[in-house]
Amino acid sequence: MADVVLRDVVKNYGALPVVHAINLDIAHGEFVVLVGPSGCGKSTTLRMIAGLEAISGGTVRIGDRVVNDLPPRDRNISMVFQNYALYPHMSVRENLGFSLHIAKRPKAEIDKAVAEAAEILSLTPLLDRKPGQLSGGQRQRVAMGRAIVRHPDVFLFDEPLSNLDAKLRTQMRVEIKRLHQKVGTTIIYVTHDQIEAITLADRIVIMRDGHIVQIGTPLEVFERPVNAFVATFIGSPPMNLLPATVAGGALRLADGSTIPMPPGLSVRDGQAVHFGVRADNIMPEGHSMPPTAHMAHVEMPVTLTEPLGTETLLFATLAGTEVQAKMLNPRPVRTGEVLRFGIALDKCHLFDATTGASLRV
Amino acid sequence: MDQGQSHRIRRRLLALGHFIGLLLAMSLICLPGLWVVLNSFRPTVEIMAKPPVWIPSELNLDNYRAMFGGIGEGGVPVLTYFWNSLVISLTSTVIALLVGMAGGYAFARYRIPGKSAVFVGLMVTRAVPGVALSLPLFILYGRLGIIDTHFGMILVYVALNVPFTIWLIDGFFRQVPKELAEAAEIDGCTRWQAFWKVEFPVARAGIASAGIFAFLTSWNEYALASQLTRSLNSKTMPVGLMDFTSQFTLNWGGMCALAVLMIIPALVLTFLVQKHLIAGLTFGGVKG
Ligand SMILES: Nc1ncnc2c1ncn2[C@@H]1O[C@H](COP(=O)(O)OP(=O)(O)O)[C@@H](O)[C@H]1O
Ligand SMILES: [Mg+2]
Repeated sequence: MADVVLRDVVKNYGALPVVHAINLDIAHGEFVVLVGPSGCGKSTTLRMIAGLEAISGGTVRIGDRVVNDLPPRDRNISMVFQNYALYPHMSVRENLGFSLHIAKRPKAEIDKAVAEAAEILSLTPLLDRKPGQLSGGQRQRVAMGRAIVRHPDVFLFDEPLSNLDAKLRTQMRVEIKRLHQKVGTTIIYVTHDQIEAITLADRIVIMRDGHIVQIGTPLEVFERPVNAFVATFIGSPPMNLLPATVAGGALRLADGSTIPMPPGLSVRDGQAVHFGVRADNIMPEGHSMPPTAHMAHVEMPVTLTEPLGTETLLFATLAGTEVQAKMLNPRPVRTGEVLRFGIALDKCHLFDATTGASLRV
Repeated sequence: MDQGQSHRIRRRLLALGHFIGLLLAMSLICLPGLWVVLNSFRPTVEIMAKPPVWIPSELNLDNYRAMFGGIGEGGVPVLTYFWNSLVISLTSTVIALLVGMAGGYAFARYRIPGKSAVFVGLMVTRAVPGVALSLPLFILYGRLGIIDTHFGMILVYVALNVPFTIWLIDGFFRQVPKELAEAAEIDGCTRWQAFWKVEFPVARAGIASAGIFAFLTSWNEYALASQLTRSLNSKTMPVGLMDFTSQFTLNWGGMCALAVLMIIPALVLTFLVQKHLIAGLTFGGVKG
């Protein structure tokens, strides 16, 4: 077990920089998720920690060793790949025991470790099969088993669930979390799926174009996004953003209508902004809107409804922009019906229209 | 009910049609081979008969007996030719495979400037007909003094086979995801171990087929061998076939007998490696 520290870590492919001087401190035993859109440099960062990719600048430290120049085998890490990368010519047993076999551990010890890992991941009945004879979920578990057998300092996961169907993905997500509780090893997990990130992480690292945009607990990044990118990337459905102008202590929307200024913001008069509100904070009146001190009210025609069971997602139009709102304890809503919505202003955000930065203080 | 039955009959008929079609195609391909085997057991009279005799009246081992017999009685140094063929083919195959593995792996895994040009260049060398090389090779070998040596023949066959082995093996390594080797490296392997313990076994089927291909090319090659070998030192079996021709006669029976001896090792080898050829090692470890 060990902590992992990245200091000004840079990766260039030729002249092309793909990771720009990132800094990251991961505590011993922590579950950290790197999340961001495809191509933002998550895998590259992970592979530099693993030693599969040379580090162009900065230092990577695992435990008390700077590992920049160590090959993967000397870093005491294990990794689960997106395509699992099981050895197709070996049985599940041999796959699980491979690292110990390479380390020339005694046979009895290997057998014991393999049996233990197989037990944790319910792979015992499959030990003599080849990877080709396993289902996607089983392969995934073998890949995880191969990672835990050697008790590494750090687990690295690169989008391990993206090849599974939705149901299995949810199931494996729970298994991974349970595994972390059981073994307590530091985990660095890469995904492009913000739901995975929120559900799994102790801390989320949000990346974009090779930069770290925000680091924080799931709640922090959800409630206090540093900019409009994080605000729309984290959370489902994504946060509604409405173009607006600050005018005399209120917000003037595109159609000239105004809503009161949300509290706790630093703005100047005339500033062009984006008004951000999550679907959870804009609800039709009379449908269990939790009461807050600062409420605004708007009337919007509903253009589409998406019933989700306990709630219905309402698509409506506000000042020419499509807005998603939530209706708790839903009742049937006709298309075109005009409803009165309440907006919980103290949960709303403002972002500078040009920089995208949050204007919360 | 009725429809189901007629469906089933249709399917049966289709299967039968397939079978007959395949049988016809196979017999066309196999007929010359079988004819050679048959002729090796028949006297020349019957071989040369017109119209051809399909059902032999008598089968005997005369041709084989004569072939292994004394020089005067139609004998041929079969064992020496066999040994030459074996040494030259096996050695050149092993070398072509080693070079092919190194080259194919490099092409499949590394970014090399001008890679596609080099690749096309390799292929172009195969577009030159072998015979066209025989005169330049003959002169070159004459100067170097390696005419009629195992070394010379091995060199030719390695050169002949390497472009193909590189090309084939490159294709097979491309199908092996690079994450396999990376996983092995993380599991504690050196780069070298990762290759031999993971990538090589996974690509083994492909490498075996490249090997068979190279072996058969060398084993059957005649045009160059007929120029570059001249004595018991290095004459291979295909060249040995010419021992059965003389100014006015052709000993077809003897030729066929030697041809059968040539076919057997090739067959045996193919059977041995066949199980690797069937790509049973599907890449099930990876979902793509
Ligand atoms: N071997 C490479 N050569 C050049 N560019 C690469 C290479 N590998 C990745 N990249 C680029 O680096 C960027 C980051 O890639 P990656 O880390 O795989 O993104 P992701 O966040 O989706 O995992 C991408 O724009 C990708 O095109
Ligand atoms: Mg990736």
